Amino acid sequence: MKNKYSIFSLFKNALSYHENWQRAWKDPAPKKEYDAVIVGGGGHGLATAYYLAKKHNMQNIAVVEKGWIGGGNTGRNTTIIRSNYLWDASAGLYDHALKIWEGLSQELNYNVMFSQRGVMNLAHNLQDVRDLKRRTHANRLNGIDAVYLNTEEVKKFCPIINTSQDIRYPVLGGTLQRRAGTARHDAVAWGYARGADEMGVDIIQNCEVKGIKRSGDTIEGIETTKGFIKTKKIGVVAAGHSSVVANMAGLKLPLESKPLQALVSEPVKPIIDTVVMSNAVHAYVSQSDKGELVIGAGTDDYVSYSQKGSHQIVEGTLNAILELYPIFSRMRMLRQWGGIVDICPDASPILSKTSIKGLYFNCGWGTGGFKATPGSGDLFAHTIANDEPHKLNAAFNLNRFVSGDLVDEHGAAAVAH
Amino acid sequence: MFLINCPYCGERDQQEFKAGGEAHIERPKQPTELSDDEWAEYLFMRKNIKGVQFERWNHAHGCRKWFNMARDTSNDEIKAIYKIGEKPPTQ
Repeated sequence: MKNKYSIFSLFKNALSYHENWQRAWKDPAPKKEYDAVIVGGGGHGLATAYYLAKKHNMQNIAVVEKGWIGGGNTGRNTTIIRSNYLWDASAGLYDHALKIWEGLSQELNYNVMFSQRGVMNLAHNLQDVRDLKRRTHANRLNGIDAVYLNTEEVKKFCPIINTSQDIRYPVLGGTLQRRAGTARHDAVAWGYARGADEMGVDIIQNCEVKGIKRSGDTIEGIETTKGFIKTKKIGVVAAGHSSVVANMAGLKLPLESKPLQALVSEPVKPIIDTVVMSNAVHAYVSQSDKGELVIGAGTDDYVSYSQKGSHQIVEGTLNAILELYPIFSRMRMLRQWGGIVDICPDASPILSKTSIKGLYFNCGWGTGGFKATPGSGDLFAHTIANDEPHKLNAAFNLNRFVSGDLVDEHGAAAVAH
Repeated sequence: MFLINCPYCGERDQQEFKAGGEAHIERPKQPTELSDDEWAEYLFMRKNIKGVQFERWNHAHGCRKWFNMARDTSNDEIKAIYKIGEKPPTQ
């Protein structure tokens, strides 16, 4: 049984100089057999394990992670959470996640620092204005909070934005989702890991998957760097490496893995208390609790697993940021990094069964998976446990690329990629 | 960022080029006879290889010609560049 984190436990542990905190999760060797194995110990994978154990009574499961948990895209994203997607299927999926976010810290007894500071999306041309108004209406019909702001209201909500009409891409308006915001990404992985571990889930780090053993169309187990693990169900949540794992099972996915970059500035006092995204000029920025500006750049157009992107991508983003926020012109950037994102042709994720019985894929989140972490885990756990998708992820099946029933969120969502 | 040796213009900055995705995907000869599965395979399914992959590139801000490249996607090292219509290198 885990000790509960509280003000009292903080006080108690302060008396022993914080040297006696209980371990948050174990470091077990893999067992010979599990009821299910989750491949990938990022936020989505750990959330899947957590909900499998909690809601579907599957405690004899393992999460295998080739590095350390939360060390991939979970620790590399820009932590933005919102649900203002255009299509009904996406609205259902992302708002399901947002509703879980709202109570997540309490549920996990782990402060994920979820902050509903609002996300504002800017319009810079007439088509943007039309698209954003349309999306505002679509959101409200789906019960998602959204308001359209004119230029003055944008300026009032975030005074440091340059709204003068003589810049290259002037601000013509924007949308605001007040329930949207940010969370601390590491804490999400750690909170789910601690919760899953408590219910008996084995989290096995430094354990890379080397092969998937199947007989005919049934799963027999998984080859790893820590030996063979027998299992009948495998849930793959491997983000940029999904195609690599699929290849082991002889499957091909409609994915391309590309580098996506982000950067943070030196820490400064509070200057921007919301998240501002701009699709047209590709600039988005928020400020972390440490005071760093968190800036998301775009993807490169070539396939790469190198976790490095091109310099001109960062340069383009910073050009746009400086035009919109002249006040940042003398800020120094502290760190820059890349993550590998798996992008679907319709920019929507895949949470699906496959043609192989017992093999499930949760991938294709592309540039915007972090916001969906709790919902993705919940729905993927449902799909694995019941061998059937939940109604909220039914549209996100692999077969949509055959039937043509795509969920085309390219540009239609508020995404900045 | 890397340098790319355009077969027509010589070595240029990657910024001048546009990646065109996986190479050697042949357009179906009889499109009217394709099943939905075959269309999905042609349109959407990609090898997305970690390792040496054959891909198309376009010298968009240069001669605007297309060519092929063999590139290691795990470290972005370019192994070979060859013209459209040529067979991919075996080594």
